[in-house]
Amino acid sequence: MTDVAVPITTRKDWASDQEVRWCPGCGDYSILAAIQMLLPELGVRRENTVFVSGIGCAARFPYYMNTYGMHSIHGRAPAIATGLAVTRPDLDVWVVSGDGDALSIGGNHLIHALRRNVNIKILLFNNQIYGLTKGQYSPTSEQGKVTKSTPFGSLETPFNPISVALGAEATFVARTHDMDRKHMQEMFRRAHAHRGAAIVEIYQNCNVFNDGAFNAITGRDNRADMLIPLEHGQPIRFGADGQRGVAMPADGRLQLVDVAEVGEDAVLVHDEARDDPGLAFALSRLSRGPFEPTPIGVFRDVQRPEYGDGMARQLVDAQERKGPGDLASLLASGGTWTVG
Amino acid sequence: MSTVIPRQTKELDRVVVRFAGDSGDGMQLTGSQFTTVSSLFGNDTATLPDFPAEIRAPAGTLAGVSAFQVHISDHDILTPGDAPNVLVAMNPAALRANIGIMAAGGTVIVNSDAFDERSLDKAGYEANPLGDGSLASFTVYEVPMTSLTMEVGKEVGVKPRDAERSKNFFALGLVSWLYSRPVEPTLDWIAKRFAGRDDVREVNARAFKAGYHFGETAELFDSNYQVRPAPAEPGTYTNVTGNTALAWGLIAAAQQAKLPLFLGSYPITPASDILHELSKHKNFGVRTLQAEDEIAGIGTAIGAAFGGSLAVTTTSGPGLDLKSEALGLAVNLELPLVVVDIQRGGPSTGLPTKTEQSDLLHAMYGRHGESPVPIVAARTPSDCFGAAVEAARIAVTYRTPVILLSDGYLANGSEPWHLPDLADLPAIDAAFATEPNHTDDEGNPVFWPYERDPETGARPWAVPGTPGLEHRIGGLEKAHGSGTVSYDTMNHERMTHERADKIAGIARGIAPVEVDDPGGVGGAPVLVLGWGSTYGAIAAGVRRVRARGLAVAHAHLVHLNPFPANLGDVLRAYPTVLVPETNLGQLARLVRAEYLVDARPVSKVQGLPFRAAEIEAAVLQALGTDTSVHGDEGDVAS
Ligand code: SF4
Repeated sequence: MTDVAVPITTRKDWASDQEVRWCPGCGDYSILAAIQMLLPELGVRRENTVFVSGIGCAARFPYYMNTYGMHSIHGRAPAIATGLAVTRPDLDVWVVSGDGDALSIGGNHLIHALRRNVNIKILLFNNQIYGLTKGQYSPTSEQGKVTKSTPFGSLETPFNPISVALGAEATFVARTHDMDRKHMQEMFRRAHAHRGAAIVEIYQNCNVFNDGAFNAITGRDNRADMLIPLEHGQPIRFGADGQRGVAMPADGRLQLVDVAEVGEDAVLVHDEARDDPGLAFALSRLSRGPFEPTPIGVFRDVQRPEYGDGMARQLVDAQERKGPGDLASLLASGGTWTVG
Repeated sequence: MSTVIPRQTKELDRVVVRFAGDSGDGMQLTGSQFTTVSSLFGNDTATLPDFPAEIRAPAGTLAGVSAFQVHISDHDILTPGDAPNVLVAMNPAALRANIGIMAAGGTVIVNSDAFDERSLDKAGYEANPLGDGSLASFTVYEVPMTSLTMEVGKEVGVKPRDAERSKNFFALGLVSWLYSRPVEPTLDWIAKRFAGRDDVREVNARAFKAGYHFGETAELFDSNYQVRPAPAEPGTYTNVTGNTALAWGLIAAAQQAKLPLFLGSYPITPASDILHELSKHKNFGVRTLQAEDEIAGIGTAIGAAFGGSLAVTTTSGPGLDLKSEALGLAVNLELPLVVVDIQRGGPSTGLPTKTEQSDLLHAMYGRHGESPVPIVAARTPSDCFGAAVEAARIAVTYRTPVILLSDGYLANGSEPWHLPDLADLPAIDAAFATEPNHTDDEGNPVFWPYERDPETGARPWAVPGTPGLEHRIGGLEKAHGSGTVSYDTMNHERMTHERADKIAGIARGIAPVEVDDPGGVGGAPVLVLGWGSTYGAIAAGVRRVRARGLAVAHAHLVHLNPFPANLGDVLRAYPTVLVPETNLGQLARLVRAEYLVDARPVSKVQGLPFRAAEIEAAVLQALGTDTSVHGDEGDVAS
């Protein structure tokens, strides 16, 4: 709110005095650390930063940040954050949510916040399970998942959060995971720099109720072969030596290929800025779940007018057209008559 | 236009006119213009729009009938009138749906062109009521409005089908002549409203004049009428509906508080007009957001409140259901928020376009946990302005969500409003926190978000962007003072009391309830206690009882939670307390529980407001007097 230089801060300045109460070993710790270490680098002020959450393990996040924050009710954080962001464009508003919070009870708010392109940054902690309520399947749990509420296996097709976000007209969509702080920070930094709604799906390990859900792709020894890094303008390649890649043959279906076999020119070049979300969507469908080679990085980053800016512009336009509001004239606007 | 001297002009002190037709016939427009002209002329007016839930129910059916009732008078009136003296029926269904409520010996003007076999059949008439003697107790005028309007259309050269749509203006012209209304204001209004659509404007204007001339020249009517202006306090007046007044009240409150106004709302009948009205006034810095659902309506408002706006969400019963959880959050967050509930018939979807006062207990108790919320209720359409300011004043002063109750009757009804002196609006002080308010164990200044104001019990409102006051709020129970998460059970009990005491303490800052009792408080044997939109009917009913030489008192509540501090004493001063409500006795239940008094409910749940005669009858019965109430005598002067 002021022009004075942003004070230099360290991670400690961003941590509140509250004891962090996630289960020991929970992936949430590394996400919290990634954010607390990143914010001093972004040149932002604590007083202008707000974390809004709903309900779930992840939703405790605001209590651990020495910023403004609100731990609200289940699923509603995107709506609350929308009201804050459109009335206070000077703030950085982050939403911290989980797979149940964002995609089940709060699904409606999530898609509409994305579609409106409100300037909020949504961190979706996806652990594919309900943690706080002690282990029921979630809308991202794999079909057949055996949990307390599905002793004979879940019957449901899971949501793919990236596909959902792209279908909801999101302008910034990315995926990262809790085992790679640098990658997380890069995604958060990009989300922060984006003017409009940004959503980052974070594969997060719940070591109590769904331990190892992402091991097959995020384990230290598996990453090279199982994570497909998306980099704008670069051929989409993975494997320790980049020996594998993604290609789009004439039938339009994406395929994993050996680069040596198809030739370097046949490897698809990633274009996150493409207005048509079709390719980003195809990339989001490349993997059926975190057991196959899975893309991470920025799927889509396009510019569209930000909702709060549009709202503010209408106010300015109206004032230019009609002058600032005058209450007495408003009350008389329907026609008056005078007695006596 | 020239004015032919009518055969005879008779003086009336008041008249109730009901315009009725198909939903597509423009009856609401016709009725409200007749009201505006009458208000401008100086009459006192009160209106009752009565329309179906369907946008276009099948044409010509009873379900599709839309009506607008207006009461005009040469003295101060309080209700839209119990029984219409004049019915304008544009088709058989409109006649059939409304004839039953007509005053005995009333006048019926029908569009005779519409009484063909097919239309009669659709309305469920076996024989044509115009010919079978069933209307013998009324004075019936048959006017071929459709064909006369189509004639007018020919002159202008528009297609007959388009011209036919202007027949409501013919009706408006005819009734304007019948009651000697000035024609210029309506012609001006037509010119303005249909500017840019030359054909439509021309046909409407000509149809209006044709209707007026028809009254003058056709030998049908042997006289017309005059209702003189009502004496009114000197000042400037306008005609306003409840929803418009409410929207303006919110704008006024935001100005008083020097806060930007934010509305998060999902469309719902009968509240949507507030969203429409506020959306027009962006030059006042008003932000409106049409949310994805009712929950997001209140959710966005809570976010805006956290950020320092005067935040509002508007809805009706079904939406209030959906907002309950978020409202509980706002109770815990202790942030200012105004929740407007324009009540309608329930439960569930109920009667979307009909009025009811059945959400009082919901407003009072409709949340889990001990979750007190102040409640303010508007009593007349124009009073919605002041009620909105008062709701906002309480919300901001005490950092609490406030429920403002209005209803379908107030929302769409209109009345002349003596414009307030803006200098008299109450001060509202947002008083944002700017500095730490506590010292920690090491002597450092810190900010405690739940350190309360000793007088009001309100917590500080520190908005993001204020350096040094960073804090976290949320739905989990908070430690008193410091506001950190606390599962301590004794702290929970303390905080539960702090929240309850804060709301109860609002009573110290509100005016005592006024009692209208000519004999002084306790003078009359019966007190009628009301709240909200029953005001007009109760006040008119009480006047009627007094006109019989009997004593009765009236008190009307603006604040339903907390009650004014003197309410218990007032109630105990009367051996009999009647509580008329358009519900099954919700306020009666609250005052019985609170004060152990034998308050007796007087109920009506027909989707319509009370009539003055119904209140009169209830009071007479309580007084043990002859209960025969004669037809409609209208509002007697006070
Ligand atoms: S239950 Fe799972 S997600 Fe929740 S804190 Fe424990 S490990 Fe983390």
